[in-house]
Amino acid sequence: MSPVTSGDPIVRVEGLTAGYADVVLLKDVSFTIDRGEVFVILGGSGSGKSTLLKHMIGLYEPMAGHVFIDGDDIVTADGEARNAILKKIGVMYQSGALFGSMTLLENVRLPLEEYTTLPPPAMDLIARMKLELVGLEAFSGHMPSEISGGMQKRAAIARAMALDPNILFLDEPSAGLDPITSAELDALIRRLAESLHITFVIVTHELASIYAIADRVIMVDKRAQGIIAEGDPRVLRDTSDNPWVRQFFRREAEATESA
Amino acid sequence: MNAVAAAAPDTPVARATLSLADGADGSLILVLGGRLDAYSIADVWTQARAAVAAAPTRRIVVDASAVDYCDGGGVAMLVDLLREPRAADAAISVRGLRPEFQRLLDQFDLSVLAEPAHAPPVRINAIEEIGRAAAQLGRDMRTQIVFIGETASALWYAFTHPHRVRWKDVWYTCEQVGANALPIVALISFLLGVILAFQAAVPMRQFGAEIFVADLVGLAIVRELGVLMTAILLAGRSGAAFAAEIGTMKVNEELNALTTMGLDPVRFLVVTRIIAAVLMVPLLSLFADLIGVLAGGLTMLSFNIPIVTYLKEVDSIVDLKDVLAGLVKTPVFAILIAGIGCLRGLQTQTGASAVGISATRAVVSGIVLLVVVDGIFAVIYYILDI
Repeated sequence: MSPVTSGDPIVRVEGLTAGYADVVLLKDVSFTIDRGEVFVILGGSGSGKSTLLKHMIGLYEPMAGHVFIDGDDIVTADGEARNAILKKIGVMYQSGALFGSMTLLENVRLPLEEYTTLPPPAMDLIARMKLELVGLEAFSGHMPSEISGGMQKRAAIARAMALDPNILFLDEPSAGLDPITSAELDALIRRLAESLHITFVIVTHELASIYAIADRVIMVDKRAQGIIAEGDPRVLRDTSDNPWVRQFFRREAEATESA
Repeated sequence: MNAVAAAAPDTPVARATLSLADGADGSLILVLGGRLDAYSIADVWTQARAAVAAAPTRRIVVDASAVDYCDGGGVAMLVDLLREPRAADAAISVRGLRPEFQRLLDQFDLSVLAEPAHAPPVRINAIEEIGRAAAQLGRDMRTQIVFIGETASALWYAFTHPHRVRWKDVWYTCEQVGANALPIVALISFLLGVILAFQAAVPMRQFGAEIFVADLVGLAIVRELGVLMTAILLAGRSGAAFAAEIGTMKVNEELNALTTMGLDPVRFLVVTRIIAAVLMVPLLSLFADLIGVLAGGLTMLSFNIPIVTYLKEVDSIVDLKDVLAGLVKTPVFAILIAGIGCLRGLQTQTGASAVGISATRAVVSGIVLLVVVDGIFAVIYYILDI
């Protein structure tokens, strides 16, 4: 699949080959993500979509290829250069990964404490404002264990936004959430993307979420070891001639309707 | 306005700038410029706050028309200036902020942010803390008694239904607890034998009594130290491992999964570990005895006492009764170590630090119990004249 470029790319993945030990999940994958768009990576279980995300945020080292974040290669960067790239991105992990021994406010404050020289009251205010953006200001003194799973995910988004990154990576934001909470989270993502012009890169397989939030999707598949479809999700659903893509959308659609 | 030059709006600068000016109507003007983000505004923020605080009765205008870039950090600074309650004739306003930045600012409700942050739930006072700790101690005792009962019944069930025991798990644990512990047990008991022999030999040589070092090393290692050191090593090694394993299973809800499948976690996890420990600890202790005594003999070579002489002396003083007096304790120690490790694992709370706390508690209470029980054995042996 050749890279499709349009507008102003902020993330560029070039010839990425990735996998575990001798299993190659993704082979020579290339694509770009434009500034300000909500970009969704979808695929079935084991298709390598989470692996792709973890390579894009520099957690794993690829077998080959490069990932450029705002022009800088996260694969080859190290030390200060790498930290500079990491400051431009925020990540929300599937479980939220809030630090259990800290209150929500302290969780959001932590990156500010480590990376800025702001006076402590200023850090507190910024942290409270991030929590306010996700609707959790009233819970700033709570511990993560005292709030629900959906709230933990929202707090994790607030923490990921602490340093005002240009790009937010979200791993399965709606996993394990009820439909209402999941829809609220989708609305939050849409609102943040539109008001703060943050680029979102989201891994998910929740069809309802995909239609609600995505500007553009790519679909990865382990049989193809790479991208099998790319574009607007509704257009893909209605017009794709790839049997695997049709199967994904149709099966999931049936499952959603009967649920 | 006699503005001090900020950066020209079209030149990209990485710094935030602040200058003060007097407005025509007597107001104070704060001219902000440059890049307002969390990295650049630390100094400007402090200066701006000080300027605002120093002019409590003047109207204040924040002129942001020279701001090139402003993100959440910069908006936070503006919010911080605006949220202070002030008199109506000394209000603060922001002007000239670009529309895209103004939209960021408009998202926030200043009245909410003017309130102090929601404080963490109040800490309890010392007396309440003591009361809670006492109640906790009571509950802890109760859990331990229940656990002893459950374990005893599960062990009895295993004894009467040996085919229901998960022997594969037992052998695996035997390898972990026994075979894999051989190097460390060998090292520690060897050093114990060497140190004991050397420390005793130096003063004894003054009386020409080096040969009795063999009696000392032999009796001390076989009756007491070999067994106790092995048990303490195992408490640190396997007791902690049991607590961490079972604790992680609890955190991952694997214990709940067992329970809802109708499988008793005690039978499934505790019994196999206790059986493995009971099988392995006596063997390890015997091994430690042999290495320790041998190490004493090697040390005595440097005091011109041949190995044969040393071993003959050991043989004459240490008899089967002494060896058994040591080894009888080992199954008890094994049950203590494995039991305490498993209990602490089952008691694990939630959270990332919980498993660490459980492992620590397993080692601490394991070692305390070992020493106490060893003391009880010493008293019993004294009374029975063994």
